[in-house]
Amino acid sequence: MNNFRIILNGIIKENPTFVLLLGMCPTLGTTSSAINGMSMGLATMFVLILSNLIISLIKNLIPDMVRIPSYIVVIASLVTILQMVMQAYVPDIYATLGLFIPLIVVNCIILGRAEAFAAKNNPLASICDGIGIGIGFTLALTLLGAVREFLGTGAVFGFTLQGESYGMLLFVLAPGAFIALGYLIAAVNKIKK
Amino acid sequence: MKKLKSSLINMVVVLTLITIVAGAALAYVNYATSAQIEKIKAENLAKGIKQVMGVDLNADFQYTTEEVGDYTFYRSDLGTAIQSTTNGFGGALKVLVGFDKEGTVLGYTILEHSETPGLGAKASEWFQKGQKGDITGKNPGTVNFTVSKDGGDIDAITASTITSRAFLLAVQNAYEELNKQQQPDGTSAATQQEGEHDR
Repeated sequence: MNNFRIILNGIIKENPTFVLLLGMCPTLGTTSSAINGMSMGLATMFVLILSNLIISLIKNLIPDMVRIPSYIVVIASLVTILQMVMQAYVPDIYATLGLFIPLIVVNCIILGRAEAFAAKNNPLASICDGIGIGIGFTLALTLLGAVREFLGTGAVFGFTLQGESYGMLLFVLAPGAFIALGYLIAAVNKIKK
Repeated sequence: MKKLKSSLINMVVVLTLITIVAGAALAYVNYATSAQIEKIKAENLAKGIKQVMGVDLNADFQYTTEEVGDYTFYRSDLGTAIQSTTNGFGGALKVLVGFDKEGTVLGYTILEHSETPGLGAKASEWFQKGQKGDITGKNPGTVNFTVSKDGGDIDAITASTITSRAFLLAVQNAYEELNKQQQPDGTSAATQQEGEHDR
């Protein structure tokens, strides 16, 4: 499988949110608006690419029985570094997203890709897999965030498309996340057929 | 290179090495970013104080800092900005609120919060001048600073009553603390109001 196919694979065929249904916690929690979803997706992509690269580089040094703790240490360190860097250089995004950044550690997409892909493939392919899955995740979160923001507040990316009084607040709240995600998965499945 | 065997010695050595490298990387990044993070916090505070006192952001603004218990007072010629902390929906809610000499709210800003994005996090705009829950120009001594659900005069953020309560409590506490400072004999307007607000 060439590297371009690996990237496409992550975006469409193995889209983490709509097809693999991985990482539901950040998916449902952070997508109350399109910009939140997108920032979360990009932050996750950053960690995913680096963790895939590092794990693929050191895969032969790690004895099988301690691979999970080793992966977790790598991932948690990357997330903490990301958190400190964001706090220092993009404080505005950190202010809205700060609460969710530590959650990336327990995002099963990252550990899942480390285990399923990076531990078996070469570094370049692992980076491509990180990019593909990352883009897929970012697109899915942005789409879900945009749908919820539009239905909930009548705006997308903060631009008001219809009056706020038409907004169904339910969609900004937790139940709206499940409803919107369910319909989006149904739509994606229909299109894929 | 062949994969390492899962012998005890291999596992201990590898895990130790990985944690040491990770620890060193974290220590370095912490060292490299902590100065910048402190600088941003200080800048935000200075900007916040100017904003809540209604001063032009580029203007030179003199104030003195004084810590009183859990509150921090920033006194100036225009009045006092007070940093006050309460428990919001998701954790500590740190508010900076500016009062003029009569105790009327000039403005506020939220320094730190862990409220839900899209809901409670709206507190940073909701209570500003011209917004639905406008608190500027109101004096906690004459206006009831609780949400309308609790019989107060301020509109709560839609679907975020707990955040709104916490926010208004922070403002109210700051006001009472300010009065305590100005009138140590305890005859201030705030102490008379206290009974109404206890619930």
